[in-house]
Amino acid sequence: MALTHDAREARPRRTPVTWVRRGGLSTLVFALPLLVVFGLFSWLPIGRAVVMSLQETNLVTTAWVGLDNFRTVLADPLLATAVGNTLWFAALALLFGYPVPLLAAVLMSEVRRAKGLYSALAYLPVVVPPVVAVLLWKFFFDARPEGVFNTMLGWVGAGPVPWLQDADWAMPSLVLEATWAAAGGTIIIYLAALTSVPGELYDAAEVDGASVWRKVWHVTMPQLRGVLFITFILQIIGTAQVFLEPYLFTDGGPANATITVLLLVYRYAFGQSLGGDYGAATALSLMLAAVLAVLSVVYFRLTRSWSQT
Amino acid sequence: MRSSRTTALALTGALSFTLLAACSSGSDDAGEGDGTSGGTTVLRVVSLLPGSEQEAFDAFDEQVAQFEAANPDIDVQPEEYEWKATTFAAQLAGGTLPDVFEIPFTDGKTLIENGQLADIDAQFQALPYADDFNPNVLEAGTGADGKVYAIPAKSVYGIGLHYNRALFEQAGLDPDDPPTTWDEVRADAKAIADATGQAGYATMTQNNTGGWQLTVASYARGGRVETTNDDGTYTATLDDAGTKEALEYLHDLRWEDNSMGANFLLDWSSINQAFAAGQVGMYTSGSDVYTSLVQTDAIDPDDYGLTAVPLEGDDAGVLGGGTLAAVSTSASEAQKEAAVKWIDFYYLRKLTDQDAAVKDAETLVASDQPVGTPVLPIFSQEQYDESQTWIADLVNVPLDQMTGFTDVIFDQPLVPEPAGSTQELYGALDTVVQAVLTDEDADIDALLEQADANVQAILDKNAG
Repeated sequence: MALTHDAREARPRRTPVTWVRRGGLSTLVFALPLLVVFGLFSWLPIGRAVVMSLQETNLVTTAWVGLDNFRTVLADPLLATAVGNTLWFAALALLFGYPVPLLAAVLMSEVRRAKGLYSALAYLPVVVPPVVAVLLWKFFFDARPEGVFNTMLGWVGAGPVPWLQDADWAMPSLVLEATWAAAGGTIIIYLAALTSVPGELYDAAEVDGASVWRKVWHVTMPQLRGVLFITFILQIIGTAQVFLEPYLFTDGGPANATITVLLLVYRYAFGQSLGGDYGAATALSLMLAAVLAVLSVVYFRLTRSWSQT
Repeated sequence: MRSSRTTALALTGALSFTLLAACSSGSDDAGEGDGTSGGTTVLRVVSLLPGSEQEAFDAFDEQVAQFEAANPDIDVQPEEYEWKATTFAAQLAGGTLPDVFEIPFTDGKTLIENGQLADIDAQFQALPYADDFNPNVLEAGTGADGKVYAIPAKSVYGIGLHYNRALFEQAGLDPDDPPTTWDEVRADAKAIADATGQAGYATMTQNNTGGWQLTVASYARGGRVETTNDDGTYTATLDDAGTKEALEYLHDLRWEDNSMGANFLLDWSSINQAFAAGQVGMYTSGSDVYTSLVQTDAIDPDDYGLTAVPLEGDDAGVLGGGTLAAVSTSASEAQKEAAVKWIDFYYLRKLTDQDAAVKDAETLVASDQPVGTPVLPIFSQEQYDESQTWIADLVNVPLDQMTGFTDVIFDQPLVPEPAGSTQELYGALDTVVQAVLTDEDADIDALLEQADANVQAILDKNAG
């Protein structure tokens, strides 16, 4: 007890001079670029959005309207459609987009030759600029029997499929492209994580006579737990903010079948040529951010005990 | 160790300053927006649609060179541009529009009211033909204060029915005898679809163009989508009989005849593309669209046909609209002067001055660009007819394939676009058209009732 008391006494008092002498200044200088960039391009716009959500503004004249924008958004019949569509997209993307990269990564890590080639091929779609990819896929999705995909389906006697031209098919079509476009990034993460799984574990499992499937389930998966949890929440956040695909493929159509929350935000802000409802757009953005933040916290609370590897 | 830390510190510091400088250089660029450097006024103007043919750009560049030769103190910087309802607001808010840009008639009034267009009245009134405009046309760019903020330019159009003569022939139809009733349109569409497998008839459905063309179809059947009340407010009449009839017609072509093809998400540019590629037999669009079909979509002129939209029922009329040239509010006085000079040179003088008309036509013909695409008069009809005689020898568009339109357009009643919240109204109808074309069981009455209520709510909000 006396000892700790002495130790506390012995600690020199913090003064600006000691702070500088201990390298506080260089810390600040090193942090400065980050602070400037984040402040200017992230925090300032976020702060601006919070303010704007309480205003009615056309960027020229501005009036304070309290929570009116939030009420407008909540009363919009399209909101329910947009939320429903976004959930549907997220569900489909989880169903396909989550397991496919994992499977691909596990298979690729088993390959002995030309591993680099496979990862390059898998990553290639990520390198293609998204807009270019969408325009290409739009061409593939031609709903006429002579469209690219429909011709391929024709070879096996299936189709033609209406792809983007039908309310039921449009969303799965978007998910198909989105999965193709995003899988590469996730595969690379999984591949990196897989290399950190100690080889002895597989050797031990092999000695115990485990099949490939059991090795994946009992060795690989538990070792990847931490990464899997992170990619899961990233996927949820990513799909909740899906915009590019519905905007470029269908503009929310046919008949609002693919309008998503972020597309609705865009429509509020820029959908009409005469200037938009920026207040409603920021209000809906903030609501989405709040939901995602809560979801993330809940998710991490729930999974805290599992994810510790 | 010490020196490496110093280096690192210096580097980081330098990086921070570079970043700060980069940020502030952005505002320097904005400052350059007064557009004068060394006595030269820089003027950014709309050029052609993105993806236009090289020959079209050659002709445009030649015109820029002619203008700059006549105005050595103005530096014209062309920018490709396509007006889209869904991107214009973003460009306007982001300040990325050129100094001179184009907007549809329907948006003029509101943009003026919002203070989003520069006051170019003084420069406009100095034009020698300022008093000669068709007053109804000029009205679209005039503010409540009586000043002109946007000048009718490029074109005033009436809607026509565009058809692919090659597909007509393949279907055993006579391309010189295009349909004159909606029943004939339907029969021909079916014949084309059955014979060629392409869409016999198509309609736009996206980016508010679906609503625009549904309004065309409604007008053609005596319908109206909106009425202006005596007190200046508007009443939405989307569930009007003409509109219902138009939607039932589309429904029958799509689901009974299967003559509308397989792709239904089309906007102005994508339907043009499909048409020029021989995938669409007939569609309705502005009479002036031939120019961009040539410039952007490389249509074969022999395949192109234009006829009038069939009018049926009381009060049936052709939807007419047009384009205004406007100037950004960030333009300086010198830029406004330069802008109106450019608008005069590029859009208007060729309509009012014989020498300018011939020069313009010659420049276009030299690059194989269309001359003589049918439009409606911006000034008086006599003046329009006269200007056509100046360039008669230079006309290179297949006018004899457009007589179905040109013979009757001046006898067809022209109905302007709905005035209140036009784009919102069109947007609401987009959804209805898409639903009818992609869902066989779409309940037209319910859809129209819902759209009508939505639009009325917007109209009430904007009035309040």
